[in-house]
Amino acid sequence: MSTTIAVTLDLKGLSCPMPIVKTAKAMRDLGPGDVLEAFATDPGSAPDFVAWCKATGNQLLEHSEQDGVYRFAIRKTR
Amino acid sequence: MAMTDTELVDEVVGAPGHIPHKKLVIIAWSGDLDKVWPQMILATTGAAMGMQTTVFFTFWGLFSLVKDDVRLTGENWMQKMVSMMDRPGMEHLKLGKMNFAGAGPAMMKHLAKGHQVASPVELLEMARDLGVRLVPCQMTMDLLGLSREDMIDGLDEPTGATAMLLEAQDAVTLFI
Repeated sequence: MSTTIAVTLDLKGLSCPMPIVKTAKAMRDLGPGDVLEAFATDPGSAPDFVAWCKATGNQLLEHSEQDGVYRFAIRKTR
Repeated sequence: MAMTDTELVDEVVGAPGHIPHKKLVIIAWSGDLDKVWPQMILATTGAAMGMQTTVFFTFWGLFSLVKDDVRLTGENWMQKMVSMMDRPGMEHLKLGKMNFAGAGPAMMKHLAKGHQVASPVELLEMARDLGVRLVPCQMTMDLLGLSREDMIDGLDEPTGATAMLLEAQDAVTLFI
């Protein structure tokens, strides 16, 4: 499935809670179905993004790590 | 890794978008830097998670809401003494331990900058932005002689313990 990224966030270097707080803020400006992509280096952001998607009901499409950089792709559900 | 995180969260939260508590109430009692920090971290995170978040500032917690350029607060000498001995304002908070006459907080802020940890001031700004309700305790304001003019903008109307406990009925409640 090809996914068009509506917005990309560079959260590299930021520590808890900013990656999630900035993602939540950016998500407000998106419409349902839009996909947000975020890059972070805080290892705590991996479980945090999973938890955040669960709590908000947004869909975590992708969750990967390469060379210490975590990539998340999240689809806004509502 | 991905599975472990997901499984863990599944166990705690259950179905997506159905967290058991949709509200967060933080009773911000301390004015120590190392407690104000988590007050602000948890408030912004709660709001980011879609929780209706309220921070109730009471006792020493109120001093972090005083404008940084207000040096003395209080109407009588006893109230003034309190602010003289313990300077109010988010920029002037002391550490609960290892304060070393201000060297501790300076080092802590330096470390935080290096690790790109947002400062309490930035987090407070973010909290207001995310719609966190910041509620001063009316009784402590009277006790300490704090006026609304001494305090930063963007605060809710001061309220009391009953209103706060009512708000906390169906909320996750933290006392920090």
